[in-house]
Amino acid sequence: MTVLIDAKGLHFEELNQRIRKTLQSGAEKIIIDNVNGQRYIGAGIKGTQTLIINGIPGNDMAAYMDGLELVVYGNGQDAIGNTMNKGKIIIHGNAGDTLGYAMRGGQIYVKGNVGYRVGIHMKGYQDQIPVVVVGGKAGDFFAEYMAGGIQILLGLNLKAGERIVGDFCGTGMHGGVIYLRGRVEEHQVGREVKIVDVEAGDLEIIAKHVKNYAQYFNIDFQQVMAKPFVKLIPYNKRPYGNLYTSY
Amino acid sequence: MLKEGQIRIPAGCAISGIMNRKGEVFSGRDIIKSIALMHERSNGLGGGFAAYGIYPEFKKYYAFHIFFENKLAKQETEFLLKKYFQIDYDEAIPTRKVSSIKKSPIIWRYFAKPKVNRLIAHEASEAEYVVEFVMKVNSEIEGAFIFSSGKNMGVFKGVGYPEEIGDFFKIDEYKGYLWTAHGRFPTNTPGWWGGAHPFTLLNWSVVHNGEISSYDANRRYLEMYGYKCTLMTDTEAITYIFDLLLRKFGLPLESAVNIVAAPFWSNIERMEPERKKLMKSLRAVFGSLLINGPFSIILGGENGFVALNDRLKLRSLVAAEKGDIIYVASEESAIREVCPNPHRVWAPQGGEPVIGLLEGKEGIFDVEDDGLAEEEILQQSIAL
Amino acid sequence: MSLDFATPMFLIERNKERCFNCQICIRQCANEAHKWDSKKGQVYSIDANCVNCHRCVLMCPTRALSVKKFPWEFRYNANWTPEAIRQVYLQAESGGVLLTGMGNDRPYPVYWDHMLLNASQVTNPSIDPLREPMELKTYLGRKPDVLKIKKGKILEEMPPQLELDVPIMFAAMSFGAISLNAHKSLAAAAKKMGTYWNTGEGGLHADLVEYGSNTIVQVASGRFGVNREYLNVGAAIEIKIGQGAKPGIGGHLPGEKVGEEISKTRMIPQGTDALSPAPHHDIYSIEDLRQLIFSLKEATEYTKPVFVKIAAVHNVAAIASGIVRAGADAVVIDGFRGGTGAAPLRTRDSVGIPIEFALAAVDTRLREEGIRNKASIVIGGTIRNSADVVKAIALGADAVYIGTAALLALGCHICQKCYTGKCNWGIATQNPQLTKRLNPEIGQERLTNLLKAWAHEIEELMGGMGINALESLRGNRLMLRGIGLNDRELNILGIKAAGE
Repeated sequence: MTVLIDAKGLHFEELNQRIRKTLQSGAEKIIIDNVNGQRYIGAGIKGTQTLIINGIPGNDMAAYMDGLELVVYGNGQDAIGNTMNKGKIIIHGNAGDTLGYAMRGGQIYVKGNVGYRVGIHMKGYQDQIPVVVVGGKAGDFFAEYMAGGIQILLGLNLKAGERIVGDFCGTGMHGGVIYLRGRVEEHQVGREVKIVDVEAGDLEIIAKHVKNYAQYFNIDFQQVMAKPFVKLIPYNKRPYGNLYTSY
Repeated sequence: MLKEGQIRIPAGCAISGIMNRKGEVFSGRDIIKSIALMHERSNGLGGGFAAYGIYPEFKKYYAFHIFFENKLAKQETEFLLKKYFQIDYDEAIPTRKVSSIKKSPIIWRYFAKPKVNRLIAHEASEAEYVVEFVMKVNSEIEGAFIFSSGKNMGVFKGVGYPEEIGDFFKIDEYKGYLWTAHGRFPTNTPGWWGGAHPFTLLNWSVVHNGEISSYDANRRYLEMYGYKCTLMTDTEAITYIFDLLLRKFGLPLESAVNIVAAPFWSNIERMEPERKKLMKSLRAVFGSLLINGPFSIILGGENGFVALNDRLKLRSLVAAEKGDIIYVASEESAIREVCPNPHRVWAPQGGEPVIGLLEGKEGIFDVEDDGLAEEEILQQSIAL
Repeated sequence: MSLDFATPMFLIERNKERCFNCQICIRQCANEAHKWDSKKGQVYSIDANCVNCHRCVLMCPTRALSVKKFPWEFRYNANWTPEAIRQVYLQAESGGVLLTGMGNDRPYPVYWDHMLLNASQVTNPSIDPLREPMELKTYLGRKPDVLKIKKGKILEEMPPQLELDVPIMFAAMSFGAISLNAHKSLAAAAKKMGTYWNTGEGGLHADLVEYGSNTIVQVASGRFGVNREYLNVGAAIEIKIGQGAKPGIGGHLPGEKVGEEISKTRMIPQGTDALSPAPHHDIYSIEDLRQLIFSLKEATEYTKPVFVKIAAVHNVAAIASGIVRAGADAVVIDGFRGGTGAAPLRTRDSVGIPIEFALAAVDTRLREEGIRNKASIVIGGTIRNSADVVKAIALGADAVYIGTAALLALGCHICQKCYTGKCNWGIATQNPQLTKRLNPEIGQERLTNLLKAWAHEIEELMGGMGINALESLRGNRLMLRGIGLNDRELNILGIKAAGE
């Protein structure tokens, strides 16, 4: 069952209440039109249903989300997938700052660019491996404090002179892996980060997620894979072990 | 409870700005819609607007918008105003009844020019003369507060949600080419109208989001140059910083931006020699004016605006363009609300300014004093 | 000779079970507090010779030694303390001026410990210094009010500046007061950490010329070792007017310390006393200071900042203003707890004012006069830890000097006997048997460690306040609150009370 909600002029409390009620009443899919700035869509919801969001959802979309699939036809704002546990987010546009903050599981695919501090403190736990795939570029502090999971930047459609990622990439990284389709300078990455070549096993992981990306956004998979990737991993799990002196 | 100026009150906020690059004027309706969408970012304790181009019939006069807590304060201020200025016209600022807005002060506007004999005796620029007058009233007259002092521009602000304040001041009935707006989330409840934003000085207006950590370093530097930070707010300090750098020191806008949101030393080290030298010098000399901590601001001036984030981008800022109109706001949805399909939307980087200038203008501040022509001064002084 | 009333200050306890008479303590003690009894075939101690420097305690392979306060207590008297009584005895015996070393040890209030720092909660974020950029760089020197810029270019040259990667420098301590190995340690650590060390007034040893770009060369009233090369080899020049431990007092390096190396470095004959007059005899008034500042600027063709160092005395603010107006690029203020190699006890303990007040008063005064940009403010005497540094910068300092803390890093145990030339740690001595105990490589490493640790701590404290660049901390007194201070003190410090 598919249900349509017109979000025009609705305050987030009302909109989110309607979404929850509609899901409880058995809807498998909700199409929400005229979304503009309403916060917390999909936040804290457990389930396997799909929300189609037309417009610009507000901050903290999919916070603590546990299983839903959200498809956004528009740009996303800040803090998407904050502390998300499970589910999938597909954004047909750009997204703002701190996407995927402390994300523990699920996948987020962004067609275009993302802002600052994306994937900050993403962590894996037991069999949960969170994944963020970004088609374009990311701002400063990408994957800061990263403790687990996989983040992939594809750098598609960069203009001349544009960098795939900003400065302070992976500072404080102590787990997980970043794949960049393009080059990164030493000075752009945190001192805890090691830039290494990708191996066959890595390419398999990349291909799996790029395939999804290509399918969601109707992009040529082969063309994306044709360009080389580099891999960023932490030097060790305890970057600050020697910093302190017991008093 | 202590009000602003007696105590420092941290605040969070929403900001929005819209400008027509051709200088064509439009109603304040859009800016209300835009700021209203970010209702969640304010808490009803402050809202306001700055509007440029709204007083074309008085464009050669300083438009003083003043709050008075009582009639005595009004009398005292008018006495001082008449001493230093020639008032062409004055009236109560028109307002509409809004149920949620109670206890408004007396709100008056005066269109005035400096008295020429006084100005000549003062031996400083006209702008300096006006600034000193504003500082004098705001720091010395109990219960009076000049909250707008530019030409062909004006600020409308008060205690309430921004959309209520907009309604109260009937800003939908004004037409301007540049509008900025502010919704405030202060961390306690002074309920003082003067504490709302935008903050202004001359033609500058600043709306700002975030609490800066460098406040006292900034303030104590500014006070060396005669500024009195009577409100103890970040916005006030930020306004003075730009006034000092752009108007008093005559620095290029780009340098002012590089001072308040300085590039990191690590980035400076990688610059080519000439630029490196410039950046090192700017940081060494004007380090005290670095604005530290989270901020997003829109600085309005007669020629346009500059919107800017702190260098770590700790507050959000989005910009968009459609035709001659340029938008900035704390959230993209606040732009989409009034411009559903912009030609271009982008999130500026930390420290990367969004500059909106009127066509043919090179900076948001004109170095030339557009006050009285020299000839006019001469004639009037002879007449005296 | 009459009976010596003075009793020993310290008691050396030797655990007989642990001591196996290896005699290391005898060799380690330049004060001859340990002796060999050849008849009994065992080591014994002379308490009266002990200065409690802990050298023997730490060197004893079986940890058989400990040093305690001598337990022979006078009858309790709050007025006539044991120290006061002892001092009278000493002077009655000798007729001499009481001499001491290191800084004021009296229990005056330490105002650093009456100031608390702020931290961000909710309304703005604290910053994690381990991951986010945190900038401690600062520039010392005169700043112009305005820069003339056209098309991205600066149209006039900046006055000369010192670039500091950490806002901590090593304070002036002369070769003479301390050993060459101590100087080598300081110089190498300064270079490694991107900061500066200060020669003190005893010239620059030829071996240290290579550290010139991290050296502040001092010019004091004795003008030891001052010549064209000396002035030009350093990164900056410091005119020393006064010192916190002994304002208004000159210096005296006894002739027996003036051996070959010191003789060459100070450019005076071997074996002669090196006397530093109390004032500079070319400065009897503020306009004379200007003359000296500009003679040094001329001699170095305006390429070096010139600092002027004064002791924190009662009208320090007005004096500092005069110094800035006389053309100094930085004012250095040394507080009354500042260290020294030798000072008359009465001067050390009763002259001058706390650095916290002096700094606050100077910074406020220079701002009121609109000349704060014209000179940097550097303070010393005493900075004990990184929190003191942060508080000093928040009060208004651009950078700090550490002297005693640096010597502690090298092994000093503050026994206050620097003037005897018998420093068992090889620091305040010229005796080759002793100086070789200080390995400059290890010394450098320990100083470097200290600065690194402090820098980390400063970053943590700044990050907590939501500040990521040192310049935003400078003069940011809102970050401080006073505790246990009266209104007058709060007012002088320009800070609010905790809870306000």
